[in-house]
Amino acid sequence: MSQQTSTISRSYLGPPYGLAAWLLTKDHKRIAMLYLISVTIFFAVGGLFASGIRVELLTPAGDVWTSDTYNKLFTLHGVVMIFFFLIPSIPAVLGNFMLPIMIGAKDLAFPRINLLSWYIYVAGAIITLAAVFSGGLDTGWTFYTPYSSISSETAVTTAAIGVFVTGFSSILTGLNFIVTVHRMRAPGMTWFRLPLFVWAQYATSLVMILGTPVIAITVLLVAAERALHLGIFDPRIGGDPVLFQHLFWFYSHPAVYIMILPGMGVMSELVAAVSRKQIFGYSFVAFSSLAIAVLGFLVWGHHLFVSSQSIYAGLVFSIITMLVAVPSAVKTFNWTATMFKGSVTWESPTWWVVGFMGLFTIGGLTGLFLAAMGMDIHLTDTYFVVAHFHYIMVGGAIMAYMGGLHFWWPKMTGKLYSEGGAKASAILVFSGFNLTFFPQFLLGYLGMPRRYHAYPEEWQVLNVLSTAGASILALGYLLPAFYFTYSLVKGANAPANPWGAKGLEWTVPSPPPTFNFDEDPVVNEPAYNYKPGREVHVG
Amino acid sequence: MAEPTTTAHAMMPGHTAAHSGDHGHGHDPNLQHHFYSMEQQLEASTLGMWVFLVTEVMFFGGMFMAYLAYRTMYPEAWVAGSNHLNVPLGALNTGVLICSSLTMVLAVRAAQLGSRRGQIVNLILTIILGGVFLVVKYFEYKDKFVHHLVPGPHFDPALKQQHGQELFFSLYFMLTGVHAAHMVIGIGIMTVILIMAWRGRFGPGYYTPVEVSGLYWHFVDIVWIFLFPLLYLLGFHYGQH
Amino acid sequence: MSTAHIASVRLYVAVFVALLIFTGLTVLVAYFDLGVLNTPVALGVAVIKASLVVLFFMGVRHNTPLTKVVVVSGFLWLFILFGLTMGDYLTRPWLGVPGR
Repeated sequence: MSQQTSTISRSYLGPPYGLAAWLLTKDHKRIAMLYLISVTIFFAVGGLFASGIRVELLTPAGDVWTSDTYNKLFTLHGVVMIFFFLIPSIPAVLGNFMLPIMIGAKDLAFPRINLLSWYIYVAGAIITLAAVFSGGLDTGWTFYTPYSSISSETAVTTAAIGVFVTGFSSILTGLNFIVTVHRMRAPGMTWFRLPLFVWAQYATSLVMILGTPVIAITVLLVAAERALHLGIFDPRIGGDPVLFQHLFWFYSHPAVYIMILPGMGVMSELVAAVSRKQIFGYSFVAFSSLAIAVLGFLVWGHHLFVSSQSIYAGLVFSIITMLVAVPSAVKTFNWTATMFKGSVTWESPTWWVVGFMGLFTIGGLTGLFLAAMGMDIHLTDTYFVVAHFHYIMVGGAIMAYMGGLHFWWPKMTGKLYSEGGAKASAILVFSGFNLTFFPQFLLGYLGMPRRYHAYPEEWQVLNVLSTAGASILALGYLLPAFYFTYSLVKGANAPANPWGAKGLEWTVPSPPPTFNFDEDPVVNEPAYNYKPGREVHVG
Repeated sequence: MAEPTTTAHAMMPGHTAAHSGDHGHGHDPNLQHHFYSMEQQLEASTLGMWVFLVTEVMFFGGMFMAYLAYRTMYPEAWVAGSNHLNVPLGALNTGVLICSSLTMVLAVRAAQLGSRRGQIVNLILTIILGGVFLVVKYFEYKDKFVHHLVPGPHFDPALKQQHGQELFFSLYFMLTGVHAAHMVIGIGIMTVILIMAWRGRFGPGYYTPVEVSGLYWHFVDIVWIFLFPLLYLLGFHYGQH
Repeated sequence: MSTAHIASVRLYVAVFVALLIFTGLTVLVAYFDLGVLNTPVALGVAVIKASLVVLFFMGVRHNTPLTKVVVVSGFLWLFILFGLTMGDYLTRPWLGVPGR
């Protein structure tokens, strides 16, 4: 016990103590914890908005909220979940914490810029909250013009500025990761010895760098149009609202890869660890991350199929969209192949892995249905699309985030959480999720439009199932708040390598010391260098 | 500055993490602790600034995209709009920025050679030239206000007939406005660098901030190199306005 | 890497003069109606000027291959945005539908 106390007091959680030491830190691990607290708060806020939506949809009539309020609910649910939870979550929490350790570095390349990225996130969040409380936002998270730039009477300008500011947090994180991976790898850590989590973060960072600035300028143009009458998208003076959609989706499609690629990186780590096996087709998985990042920039027009975009352009976007599914499929096959004949045991991370595999596959498959222009004409703006992206974002990305949190929690905090609680949470999330969103595929196919607060009576059963599922899902997400917190107070101390996993992060104490390594590591073995017959110590 | 090679240094015993206050083994006080050599630090900083400049390319790029789309849709309106712009002033501003890029690069060179005077003189010149650019811009903007060329409720109603001219001016103000904002930030950065140079912070062993800020300054110049022909030189050959 | 390369003042001034000459050239050419060539010439000169600044003033000549890749990809990505978006606008008339 006293040995553990001294491990914690010699770790990054030890001195210097105090608010100033944390708010002015340059340590990537502390910054990761700051992000953890922030994104968790916004996950709760986004969840609150979702509850508002699901409560309304229990009954066919729009009787809980006015339609104006409902518009604000789904808009803010989207804005908060995407910009303040999904995009930062894995990169800023798990990436910030693990990436330097995984490559054998003492910190990221630019620690002060790392801290700045958190402050920019907080500033953007405050501005956006100001928008919420000063009129709300009802344009949809997609800010389509000319409604957003001319007609809407909500706090669009403020919200646009909030999104603009938050984008720079993303940009700075991506910049930091790219330079770090290029320039700060330990001796012997060649590109092809890197954990696949690092490859995934690197690919994500490329997308952050190349895409985020475009949405930054686009929302700035919307704000300028509203506030300064510099009409860029105003049809009355010849402006083209579809141009807005091109600019918006040029970022927002790659943005979904910003949200899923890190999750895939987590998956690679977890699959290898729970299977105790080298990832099948390591280089294929690594190159797939890059392929997804690049191809992801060439498909945005599939959001514009019914916008009056040229059919020929739609054709090109449709074909490339189908192509972009290939690297994702390659990864899924390779993870499966890794688990096949691996020594898989059912600790809590495995549950999240299995959940991800099934749900992400369904999400990806339904994406292919939408990629076909002919199908999309019927399915666009229906609940089918809503279900599709929630399968990927929640069934995929959030499951991966939860899996990663559980996998690395002992490392980050030096504490072990309740396995029973974690398994219960995984079951609740998986079943609650499917109950919430599978009916939405059916609803969409039957024609229920998205963003409507009233619907015909015959769809009530499916909607009630969906809301019921949402409450189970919420419970599943609430549980970790309890057992994670409990672990901090009363949890057993974690050894350096509770999962018996390979990777530099498991060679340092739990929690790691401030400068990560007492001696600079030298790497001379491939990633995931598991040998058969290894003993595993859990808990 | 003569740091050991990367691998050897990393394996050097005694180079542990826990030497926070101790600079006894002779590395440059400007070396941040997570780097193992000044060279690595300079390379990382340069790469970092270039990655940031790529984001700036995409940032301005969004507006250039709007320009491209609307120019294709309204070619005559674009020419007509361009005719309202003052080519001699635009050309002067182009020359001013090119001069400032020269003084900037000479400031970096002075830092590399350890000339404090060279840094100060060239940085001051760079800042002054940046200021000249902004002053010229101010007069150009004022002229637009006077002639009712600012989009919005006061835009010249006669021009509104020509579909697209108000769009041209919206883009003109956004493009040059965002560019001017970058100039203002650049002047701010250069002022900070000037103060540090005055205090003798830079020399052959450490000039990273000067070089990296210089990259930013040159980038802002490059944006103007494209803005000038695209905004000012479209309608010129059609005669005077 | 750029540590070792300290260029001469003469080189910098030569690039500076070239930039001014190209600026004058582009203004001059704008006086003449070359029809459809005016824009390519103007853009071409701008690209040459930008390249001079990037290679000589920003020192990319001496930078690592990685830096060069970074510079190129920035502009490449811009062309993706331009290309695929204009692919929409320019192929709309192919449908033969009145209006656009």
